[in-house]
Amino acid sequence: MVMFDVDPLFVGVSVLTVGSSIVALETKELIYGAIALAIGMMGIAGFFLLLDAPFVAMFQIAVYVGAVAVLIIFTVMLVRTQALFTTKEDKGRKGAGIVLMLVIMAGFGAILLVSGFNNPSYGNFNSPGIDFTAIGKEMLTYYSPALVVLGLTLAGSVVAALALARREDIEQPQ
Amino acid sequence: MSQLIDFVIVSVVLVSIGVYGLVVKRNAIRMLFSIEIIINAANLNLVAFSRSLPNVQGQVFALFSIAIAAAEVAVGLGLIIIAYRLYKEIDVAEFKSMRG
Repeated sequence: MVMFDVDPLFVGVSVLTVGSSIVALETKELIYGAIALAIGMMGIAGFFLLLDAPFVAMFQIAVYVGAVAVLIIFTVMLVRTQALFTTKEDKGRKGAGIVLMLVIMAGFGAILLVSGFNNPSYGNFNSPGIDFTAIGKEMLTYYSPALVVLGLTLAGSVVAALALARREDIEQPQ
Repeated sequence: MSQLIDFVIVSVVLVSIGVYGLVVKRNAIRMLFSIEIIINAANLNLVAFSRSLPNVQGQVFALFSIAIAAAEVAVGLGLIIIAYRLYKEIDVAEFKSMRG
């Protein structure tokens, strides 16, 4: 009876995350999809809190809900509304997508069952949680080159996004 | 008390939803949503295994992954804006000049 011994909070967050991910892809209006995606990201942050990782959870909320969701909503506002409402997916493709989704779920489920991963003695969370000072220490010592490269990548991507979105057909006033 | 396997199952479900979206949807913004869902499933796995082992590196990699995903969204949306300006459309099947 291991599968039924789960926390109700975990079940609630799972339903919220999976449900809002489906709504994000299936709703007719893209702006509601963007809001549903932001709620799904909040759900993932809830999982991080359940996993005793409050630092990653706050980072997730700041980056995904604070930055990415707002960026997507602004893009949706910039794109002509008529282009957003046209749904041109054929039924066969949708059926194939659902079959592929079920095959992936069944395949990974079979792998998880065969691997003995559901053994309760293996994947328990009895050990004490990770202190977030350890994350800072790792980032500033062993992973400090990666952190610098990450900062440069972010700066490069912002410059690239600005360069991509620049309009060359408008004459700049001299 | 939930176990590691529960988090891995949620992660598998999210990856499947993301692959479904990538296969079925032709709207470029919705494909970006699907990629975000898959990235979040990967992050959830990283943090869950980091909690179970316990090992701090999983959380460090999750933080790096979130930052990279933010950069990817910025560039992806820039590309979508350009494609919209060129084709007046964000349906990827209409981007004909990119066909090989």
